[in-house]
Amino acid sequence: MRPFDFVRPTSVDEALAAWEDGAAWLGGGTNLVDLMKTGAVAPTRLIDLSRLPGMRGIEVLADGSTRIGALVGNSELANDPDFAGNFPMVAEAILSGASGQIRNAATVAGNVMQHPREAWFHGPASDPLAGDTGKLAVLGTDGAPAAVNPSDFCVPLVALGAVVEIVGPDGTRDIPVADLHRMPTADDPRHTTLTPGELILALRLPPEAAGFAAHSRYLKVRDRTSFAFALTSAAACMRIEDGKIAEARLTLGAVAPRPWRVAEAEDLLKGQTPGPEVFATAAELALDGARAVGGNDWKIDLARRTALRALDMAAAGTPAEMPALPASVFGTQRKEPAHA
Amino acid sequence: MTDKTKITLTVNGTGHAIDVAPRKTLADALREDCGLTGTHLGCEHGVCGACTITVDGAPVRSCLMFAVQAEGADIRTVEGLANGPDLSPLQQFFIEEHALQCGFCTPGFLMLIDGTLKQSPDITDDELTEILSSNLCRCTGYRNIIRAARRALDHARTTTEPAA
Amino acid sequence: MPDTLDRTIRFGSNSGQPMTRRDGIAKVTGAATFTADNTPDNVLHAVYVPATIARGRVTSLDVAAAEAHPGVTHVLTPANRPHLHGDPEAKPTMFSFRIEVLQDDTVRYAGQPVAMVLGETLEAATEGARLLAPTYEMAPPRVDLDRAEPYDVEPGGFGRPTGASHGDIDAGHRAAVKSVDVTYSTAPQYHNAMETHAIVAAWDGDKLHLDVPTQALSMSCAAYASFFDIPVENVTINSPYLGGGFGSKAVPIGPNILAILAARMTGRPVKLMLTRQQMFGPTGHRGATRQRLRLGIDEDASLTVIDHDSLSETSSFDDFHEPAAGASQGLYAAGALRSVHRGARLDIGTPGAMRAPGEASGSAALECAMDEMAEAAGMDPLEFRLKNYAETEPGTGRPYSSKALRDCYLQGAERFGWAGRPLAPRQMRDENGLLTGWGMGTALFPCPMFMAEARATLRADGSALFETSAVDMGQGALTALAQIAADSLGLPVDNVEFRAGHSSLPDGGVAGGSGHTATAGGALHAAGSDVIRQLGEMAAADPASPLHGAGNASFVARHGRLYVDGDDSRSEPFADILSRAGGADLVGSGSASRPPETAAQYAMYSHGAVFAEVKVDPDLCQVQVTRLVGAFAAGRIINPKLADSQLLGGLIWGISFALHEEAHHDPVTGRIVNADFAGYHVPVNADVRGLEVLTVHEDDPHVNLLGIKGVGEIGIVGTVGAIGNAIWHATGHRIRRFPIRIEDLLKA
Repeated sequence: MRPFDFVRPTSVDEALAAWEDGAAWLGGGTNLVDLMKTGAVAPTRLIDLSRLPGMRGIEVLADGSTRIGALVGNSELANDPDFAGNFPMVAEAILSGASGQIRNAATVAGNVMQHPREAWFHGPASDPLAGDTGKLAVLGTDGAPAAVNPSDFCVPLVALGAVVEIVGPDGTRDIPVADLHRMPTADDPRHTTLTPGELILALRLPPEAAGFAAHSRYLKVRDRTSFAFALTSAAACMRIEDGKIAEARLTLGAVAPRPWRVAEAEDLLKGQTPGPEVFATAAELALDGARAVGGNDWKIDLARRTALRALDMAAAGTPAEMPALPASVFGTQRKEPAHA
Repeated sequence: MTDKTKITLTVNGTGHAIDVAPRKTLADALREDCGLTGTHLGCEHGVCGACTITVDGAPVRSCLMFAVQAEGADIRTVEGLANGPDLSPLQQFFIEEHALQCGFCTPGFLMLIDGTLKQSPDITDDELTEILSSNLCRCTGYRNIIRAARRALDHARTTTEPAA
Repeated sequence: MPDTLDRTIRFGSNSGQPMTRRDGIAKVTGAATFTADNTPDNVLHAVYVPATIARGRVTSLDVAAAEAHPGVTHVLTPANRPHLHGDPEAKPTMFSFRIEVLQDDTVRYAGQPVAMVLGETLEAATEGARLLAPTYEMAPPRVDLDRAEPYDVEPGGFGRPTGASHGDIDAGHRAAVKSVDVTYSTAPQYHNAMETHAIVAAWDGDKLHLDVPTQALSMSCAAYASFFDIPVENVTINSPYLGGGFGSKAVPIGPNILAILAARMTGRPVKLMLTRQQMFGPTGHRGATRQRLRLGIDEDASLTVIDHDSLSETSSFDDFHEPAAGASQGLYAAGALRSVHRGARLDIGTPGAMRAPGEASGSAALECAMDEMAEAAGMDPLEFRLKNYAETEPGTGRPYSSKALRDCYLQGAERFGWAGRPLAPRQMRDENGLLTGWGMGTALFPCPMFMAEARATLRADGSALFETSAVDMGQGALTALAQIAADSLGLPVDNVEFRAGHSSLPDGGVAGGSGHTATAGGALHAAGSDVIRQLGEMAAADPASPLHGAGNASFVARHGRLYVDGDDSRSEPFADILSRAGGADLVGSGSASRPPETAAQYAMYSHGAVFAEVKVDPDLCQVQVTRLVGAFAAGRIINPKLADSQLLGGLIWGISFALHEEAHHDPVTGRIVNADFAGYHVPVNADVRGLEVLTVHEDDPHVNLLGIKGVGEIGIVGTVGAIGNAIWHATGHRIRRFPIRIEDLLKA
């Protein structure tokens, strides 16, 4: 790997001042170091953020929103009883991602900045359709081949309307997680909307997000029982009042270059009695506009089925304890299958 | 910018003053500069877990950290599990349960389990299976590894004496 | 269990015991030294550049950029690579492969070395290799087996399997009242032992010392010697532990030759360790197959024909064809039997032997086709197999040296709870609504023996040293062989020192083909017997010995004493005999191989039956293997703990074959796009639920002196088909490609 210099600022101002062209922020390093080893990225300066003060807390702000410092570890967040109690599907999504060691080292900011896993990283000029087309997006690309956003964590974050707090040379700003990721283009290879030199300070969940805690699930279909990226996933949650859905959220994962929140489906569910027919209609709507790439039509079907199941599971209620296999088809099986 | 940096790594309670380039991984520094080759490298990109060590008590992949990041941390490797000639209960159970064959993945599994059991002494069997899915083994069939881990957990709950 | 073998085989209390591994402590403390743990003083680190295209030539390498990188000392390219005596394109022995050692600028598969960089640090060499940034003139790669032009494989030994034809094939087809004609696909798979290939090479004049993991010490020494034109005795290899082999560490690979060459060129030790990504190139793999199986049965459900045609990939420049159709020979009684091997050349690295070569892939297709035939017959799959049970080897009519397959079927079925399985698919659900299915497969694996030699030294204190260059790649050779050795002298195993894993020792043969314990064990046993024979002669000739004059009797050794066979009143401790003779060590030697006449007379196989339960989500189609029960008959089991673990590991390889492993090629460049552990899946702990292994008692008086058949590979063999059949039984979908993926079930 290319030599780099290593700086370890002790304040955010110092960190911002240390930025230069070709630099990279280093959090837990679990994604960045892997990319540096493959040569996909070759920073000339690593700015280690681990000594920055005030970025490791999980706190409830005066307005009721929950603020997660950028350097909070993935495991730490998922295992925080208050956080997991208020946002169970976020905890479930985190615990279904990567492996325990990766979750121990990885920060929450690093997770949301996780790079898509384009197969063509590892060599020149390959067919973007080569290999496992199950990992290619079917939404949000107008049919162009693109890798999906690989994060599990971001899927429920988008469902719950989370924002990232950014600081940069021009001051601070908030970006909804829903607007954070983008499809790289030939002109602009960025996979997020951050500009170089901007730094994530924290993630924030709005006050109303905890209102879904009783009916809140993340489901992840994968080709290995554990420790695999999603083929499809879905975060579904709802508030049920007097037997009716007062409000629902549905976001699909691993189908687009960003988490794919489906407002139309959420609107449709509002005011309805939870049940298979309405969920099926919502799931159908969720895949509206999906386009197969490289023959992965089956993925559209699988994503629809995943959305349907996740809605069904959310309606059934959040389990009292985290399933041993979080977000797994096998950890969360319903009694009566929807389709025989 | 290729200059080496002097750092001190605290490994198994012992300080190692070493001189490393920032691009040297913690795994390579442990193996080459600290002479602790029990930490193995099986994939070098964070998937197989053979390089698992604990850093401040948490199991992590040492191939995905730079040595310079680990300065000041409490690093534990497989070489620190035994107390002199006395194997830790977990090590003893690994042998008894035949939880290893070629032995290449073994140090990583031991450190993963050691760290996990200390962090989560109330872990259930199913949770243990999920956590142990972090590391790859190509020989044994995995079930013996679970059995050894389970025994270590039971042992830790019932006694403070070392295993026979 | 009674020992019914000839009692002149001195089996004492060691063999048959589930002893814990002798290398256990070294491996749980980090003290076991694998090749890459060696970093000699003054070492240079080598990193090679793998081609990122599969066909064409290298047009440029930025050598100046690499050389300018601080810490880079040398750059090896075809332009400056020093002379190598051995011809990399030659195949001097049956087990030789053509290799790439920078002989020219041609690229014949992705992952092939196109340059090598040496550096003072691994980091410098790694960056130097990146800076070389090769450019290529690329030709369209041929990486699609289904578009390749097949040819008939010309039989010629290793990698060029012989077909077989017994009986009237056409008549067999005509006689069928029901038949199946199905084609199954298997994917390219890569060994991926947890320890990647590595080598540390050091020259001392014209003597070469290597730390390198190898499954065949003696053969490797000869190969390295011939490449560098030095006498074979000038090569020493230290290979105390292998972090897994699975067939990939049996023959020298090109990168190793380059590292040795670099060491000679620089006069410094050179260390090379492949990255995980580099394990998908020059290290061999299990070639993909397309297997057409045509089976027919008569009114009575007896097989009239098994017609097995296997097309397998090989490289554009060398031959290793997966001997998959061979799996149909030797197993089921059929009126007519044909195995045909065809090949196709692709721009890939040459395949090689990977755990259960031929049998694993061939059995996957055969066992599924048998299930389809049973379905057509309206029969239970186990009943159908029992109906077509072969009492003698099909085709040849040779007797089996032993065959307890029927017991495997019955005991395995009993333990699994096979009875009551519904014939039709998609009939079972679990309490959570998951589709549940049961399937089975038969396992068969030949019992080869190679050549091995060993030395036994009885020391004056009554302890012993045994030596052979056997290899422990995880299977437990250091333990099981020590048990056999100890028994040959009637000593407790703790009184036996066992040395292996070094080329200076007597030739321990090859750790492969599931024949290592039998072969090296046989040699150790013979060496111990030689010591006993000498000791008997000494005692019989010694008037001071209670055994004096017993020269015509045979002797047996037990508990460190020599007895007159059949007369327990006459015995003497070893140490006393040696002490009176002056106290010198007594050295015996022995060798083992199979007599050709035995090989011709008997059909020799291990057998097994594997039963699988799978659960499948009816909507999301994710599959989990929830139970596997394997019952195996493999002759004498020396160490049940080790053997069970080998068999369990084999079962998991079966899960891996059935559901996970598959390398994907990019059609433009020919690269493998999932060449790492993130993209190339093997099972993790959560994929492995209920596993159970039974070993069925089997005495085999013919297979070899010790009655050992081998357990290293058979575990994978029946398992793949059993899982495929269970998935059919759960879902009603017959997926005729492995691995079976969610998308296959969704599309079915």
